[in-house]
Amino acid sequence: MAVEPLPIVRLRHWGRWVSAVLIVGLLAALIVTLADAQIDWASVPDFVLYRVMIVGLVNTVLLAVIAQTVAIAIGIVIALMRRSANPVAVWFASGYIWLFRGLPVLLQILIWYNLALVIPTLSIPLPFGGYLLNEPTNVLVSAFTAALLGLALNESAYMAEIVRAGLNSVDSGQTEAAKSIGMSPGLTLRRVVLPQAMRVIIPPTGNDFVDMLKGTSIASVIGVTELLHAANNISSNNLLVMETLFAAAVWYMVVVTIAGFGQHYLERRYQNNDRSAAAQAARALRAIPLSRSARV
Amino acid sequence: MSEPLLRAVGIRKSFGHLDVLRGIDLEVHRGQVVCLLGPSGAGKSTFLRCLNHLETIDAGQVWVDGKPIGFELRNEKLYELREREVAKQRRDIGMVFQRFNLFGHRTAMENVIEGPIRVLGVKPDLAHKEGLALLDRVGLADRGDAYPAQLSGGQQQRVAIARSLAMKPKLMLFDEPTSALDPELVGEVLAVMNSLAQDGMTMVVVTHEIGFAAEAADRIVFMADGSIVETGPPERVLKKPEHERTRQFLARVLA
Repeated sequence: MAVEPLPIVRLRHWGRWVSAVLIVGLLAALIVTLADAQIDWASVPDFVLYRVMIVGLVNTVLLAVIAQTVAIAIGIVIALMRRSANPVAVWFASGYIWLFRGLPVLLQILIWYNLALVIPTLSIPLPFGGYLLNEPTNVLVSAFTAALLGLALNESAYMAEIVRAGLNSVDSGQTEAAKSIGMSPGLTLRRVVLPQAMRVIIPPTGNDFVDMLKGTSIASVIGVTELLHAANNISSNNLLVMETLFAAAVWYMVVVTIAGFGQHYLERRYQNNDRSAAAQAARALRAIPLSRSARV
Repeated sequence: MSEPLLRAVGIRKSFGHLDVLRGIDLEVHRGQVVCLLGPSGAGKSTFLRCLNHLETIDAGQVWVDGKPIGFELRNEKLYELREREVAKQRRDIGMVFQRFNLFGHRTAMENVIEGPIRVLGVKPDLAHKEGLALLDRVGLADRGDAYPAQLSGGQQQRVAIARSLAMKPKLMLFDEPTSALDPELVGEVLAVMNSLAQDGMTMVVVTHEIGFAAEAADRIVFMADGSIVETGPPERVLKKPEHERTRQFLARVLA
């Protein structure tokens, strides 16, 4: 006897419908509330392009980029010290990480900013009289420098751990192979270990850099004209507090988004030893003249 | 007889309380192939790693081509060398590892030319040309652009051999080169090693491949518990071993 194919009744996802309606409803309520709020929306784009806001943007980016660069350099040195055979270096590196990771970054910035209270002049004497450096501390350590020192040193402790994790992730066989073809320790680190450690180092470093971009707002406390301080400057004149804060928010989103793209590009560049379709496509692209995105 | 290319005298090494090598002597002449056999834990690999100073030695000396490895002879004394200087000595001593250890972020060709370009300062064009010849020699001329992850174990090991040969070493060390391979891939690697041996390369090979040892070795060294138990030409050590330890080992391996 022939079996009639029976009709199939698909499962109804009632829960999905309910939650979707809820989400859209809440978003609509939020938009209505904001539209009703006493916000002068039209002024926000103006504030975004205010001169002081642009100065704040430049300072925010400068602070973040310089602090992160310094932190990466120090982090590499501290990570190498922690892996060294010298017990004093290991001990120092551990202490360094313990200290700078342990203190709140705001407190670190305030300490640098107020250094002049306890050490009025900074000097480096030369062996046969005279000074290599002899300046009042408050001239050397401006608000910008204090913020830079606080942010960079705090981040360097985190970078040290990130770099160490990256170096540890590279199999010791890679180092042995490099040694066996006569590569010196420095060459081995530069050509074999670090490039492979990058795969592990880049994602958390990108994450930290995004954090750094936003973290520069702390420098407003000691009067550095970065984005948040710039927003406060404007609103102290016209009392449009929310509008200026939104203007600053726009810039933060812009720089953070750009940083995200940069991270994505770097991750791609250091992923060229896997067989994913994306990686192979990238390699194929590289073979086409005038599209050299990376060294071979 | 001429001065041996490799002379190891009284090599001792311990890890903590464990004596891994209890005084090993070995001489290898130019063009000779010596196979180190023995049960795991005998110290064969450790001994091999002492020969190019990947492991430091507690006592004894290694001489390659008349030079003490890891040391410098001055005023009748051996001065320990910095890692940078040891690296220069290692240029002459190739090494092939059980786990291949190809540089994962570089293609097969880049693996082969890395040493010549960065260490020996060979011009990239020339290094490329020689690299291609070497890849051809190990049967992989068409895989130069492949990354290690895209190659089979046997292919990776052959690239690793080419990478070592690119440094034009006087001596090649093989540390269980086929132990990490699937059985069907062992042959292609042994074939390359066999042809190297026939071309007169001086080789010290730690292996469990009795067949290869019987065919390619000029001399077999049987090690157990950090000492050399017996040594001699393969036809004698493999067919008529003098020591009970050797007989037991061969019986188990050939069973």
